[in-house]
Amino acid sequence: MSEYILEMNQITKEFSGVKALDDVNLKVKRGEIMAICGENGAGKSTLMNVLSGVYPYGEYTGDIVYNGEICRFRNIKDSEAKGIVIIHQELALSPYLSVAENVFLGNERATKGVIDWTETRAEAQKLLSRVGLEGENVNVPVNTLGVGKQQLIEIAKALGKKCELLILDEPTAALNDRESAQLLELMLQLKQEGITCIIISHKLNEISYVADSITIIRDGHTIETLEKGKDDFSEERIIKGMVGRELTNRYPKREGIQIGDTIFELRNWNVYHPDDSERHALKNINLQVKAGEVVGLAGLMGAGRTELAMSVFGRSWGQKISGEVLINGKSVNLASVQNAIDNHLAYVSEDRKTYGLVLIDSVKFNMTLSALKGFFSKKGVVDENLESVRAEEYRKKINVKTNSVEQAVGSLSGGNQQKVVLAKWMLTEPDVLILDEPTRGIDVGAKYEIYCVINELAKAGKAVIVISSEMPEIIGTCDRTYVINEGEIAGELSGSDITQEAIMACIMAHNRKEEVEA
Amino acid sequence: MSNKSLKKASLNMKQYGMMIMLIVVYVFFAILTEGKNMTPVNTNNLIMQNGYVVILAVGMLLCVLTGNVDLGVGSVVASCGAVAGTLIIDFGVSAPVAMLAALAVGAIFGCFVGFFVAKLDIPPFIVTLATMLMGRGLCYLILQSQTKGPLPTEYTWIGTGFLPTWKIMEENAAINAGKGIDLICLIVAAIAVAALILNEVKAVATAKKHDLPVAPIWQLIAKNGVIGFIICYFFYKLACYNGIPVVLILMVALVAIYHFITTKTVAGRQIYAMGGNAKAARLSGINTKKVFFWVYANMGFLAAVAGIVLSARNSSATPKAGDGFEMDAIASCYIGGAATSGGIGTIIGAVVGAFIMGILNNGMSLAGYDTNAQKIVKGMVLLGAVTLDLVSKRKKK
Repeated sequence: MSEYILEMNQITKEFSGVKALDDVNLKVKRGEIMAICGENGAGKSTLMNVLSGVYPYGEYTGDIVYNGEICRFRNIKDSEAKGIVIIHQELALSPYLSVAENVFLGNERATKGVIDWTETRAEAQKLLSRVGLEGENVNVPVNTLGVGKQQLIEIAKALGKKCELLILDEPTAALNDRESAQLLELMLQLKQEGITCIIISHKLNEISYVADSITIIRDGHTIETLEKGKDDFSEERIIKGMVGRELTNRYPKREGIQIGDTIFELRNWNVYHPDDSERHALKNINLQVKAGEVVGLAGLMGAGRTELAMSVFGRSWGQKISGEVLINGKSVNLASVQNAIDNHLAYVSEDRKTYGLVLIDSVKFNMTLSALKGFFSKKGVVDENLESVRAEEYRKKINVKTNSVEQAVGSLSGGNQQKVVLAKWMLTEPDVLILDEPTRGIDVGAKYEIYCVINELAKAGKAVIVISSEMPEIIGTCDRTYVINEGEIAGELSGSDITQEAIMACIMAHNRKEEVEA
Repeated sequence: MSNKSLKKASLNMKQYGMMIMLIVVYVFFAILTEGKNMTPVNTNNLIMQNGYVVILAVGMLLCVLTGNVDLGVGSVVASCGAVAGTLIIDFGVSAPVAMLAALAVGAIFGCFVGFFVAKLDIPPFIVTLATMLMGRGLCYLILQSQTKGPLPTEYTWIGTGFLPTWKIMEENAAINAGKGIDLICLIVAAIAVAALILNEVKAVATAKKHDLPVAPIWQLIAKNGVIGFIICYFFYKLACYNGIPVVLILMVALVAIYHFITTKTVAGRQIYAMGGNAKAARLSGINTKKVFFWVYANMGFLAAVAGIVLSARNSSATPKAGDGFEMDAIASCYIGGAATSGGIGTIIGAVVGAFIMGILNNGMSLAGYDTNAQKIVKGMVLLGAVTLDLVSKRKKK
């Protein structure tokens, strides 16, 4: 048998005349973990969809050679029969079915259509222990488990299909650090068992940890393949390949920092969980942000940062909220989102597709949505000309790449969608902006542009709060940061004291304190 | 004109697809019935028969924009008619008071649905299924399963009446068989066309002022030419009959008001935003509960208006009135291009959808098909229109 389990030769795929993939060549060695890197829209997912039969033979040109034979997949079933299984970013689990049922979804343990439940449960249990979920109850509905476990169940499901080549598309995007680490260890373990893996990820530190080789795709072309031990695996090196130039500084320099008075303050902020009035979710939070300052809220996923922001912003999260919000020195009541907007507070939510944008509507529609009442209407009648003019102004100002402001937001790339959300809140003329994961899932170039906007906002004297799970981002953009852990402020760092180690140290110290108290 | 800018600003023909379909259906039946559907009296019937469906479709579109429907409107139509009829016949109440009472009943129904939908978060499908059953039962109770009539002319005027006419050329037997032509109709048509042209000129001027793209002039002339022709044709037919029906005035006023609300106001924008993505709308400062409440309260009110028009036209209140109207109204919205998922659709589209169905019904009756065959065709048209719309959208992607 050849050294390569998979060779994709000269793959070209067009979407109505536009080449998404142009003469792509990919060679995967048996038993290795290969990472595919590239900016958003580079063609990574398209390539994997070609491989797994989502785009059937005939819709692309080129050859897929798998285990030495040329394959012509007509659908996913065909590729799965050969042992190629893809796990998409959006999990394909049926939420109300049990774990066991999900593990064998589409691959039922059945004779003549009648399911053998004993075998289903027993086999599911075995598969689960292979992915590190020993002793998990296979009879509970899958939606009662966390995202991390669901991701592992997806892998168990793949293993149940006698998978030889496992493709993981952004498997850790929704996981916290601990779960991510667990998943990466599992990948290494599967490698030991002889399973070949292809991973697509934006998290370059994970890739350099886990991958044996890295293939870089840019604008639908394969640029290069880096081998572990032979080539440089550093993040800088990978980024250079992805963007085609050296990005020496991933964070733009801030100039003319002028920090003024405190314009945003939280005093003794306490919130209880919306589903459980006994659960004290946010405890005694006190924080201040000054004009012209960029302040981070660092912490692990689930620490309560998004919840904090949403509880302040029109009480959109939690119950039994107590404490005081001061904007420009005045105590304000932010009982609704409209109140918050009227008091010049803006919250750019995480997950722009679910909470930020109306995808079917235009760039213009979305940009003006929050400011419609205050700035774009008189007596309830919308001033459409003003809308067009201002939307066009912001399109140019923050460089949204679109044909016109009439284009549907859903057709834009992630980075440009994020810019539209930013514009939407900048148009409400806020004094205080809370940006929740402002660069999640967008490519390096767009990230840089978003950071530039943050700097501009600070320069204009706004108070900016950045919530981010990527510590380098906090370090690169913020003047000062609060570290949040378990719904409490675990520490505060500023200037050059903000380092990855210092943030983690705050979290660890806080965890220990919690344990002692408990 | 350069090719590029033409592409950028060209009128979106899909937007007018249903309008073209309306004309095609009309012409088709004109041929099939040898012109019977084009007579002045039938033109008038088209308006009077479809007035209430159009009124319901306008309200229903708002529900459809939120991604839901209101199944209860047929029953509310009947209940409101029943209340007005009973008050007039059994209690001797004057027509205007009876109308106000009917409107109040409709509004109460609407607020009732709105309360459950917005405040208690009960799915609209369930709540309106309940009002459908409750409304029908209530209507039978009020009327004691009997038909109440005849209603006085002050009441029926709104469904069957006409504006005053000023007939000219009655002495000329060559024109309209000596029945004369109503000058008021012609004046209204002239004003409408003038307003249409003025509006377009103004829109082009402001677009140019702000440096926004403008569609090529021939397209604008073609579009307004067709619309202008339809207006003139239509009013000429009415002029040859009894003049302008009161229902037409009511209908045009409601369509204009709701078109304005949906396209030009903050409230309208909020409905679209909520239908497109309720979570994002909420975090953008939109009180989605309030929007939900008013959409359903408004539907109840408009169902009452339709109930009054229907009972006025029939000159009686019957317990079976409005049966299946909810389906006609919902179908009108979807034929007019609204999306089942919410956030997409226009008032004009819903009105065009209602008239496509109206012309179909009317044309098939004139051609001698029975009502059962009409239902089959209506079902096919609904399925065909939505399939065509969705498939063409998918291809574009």
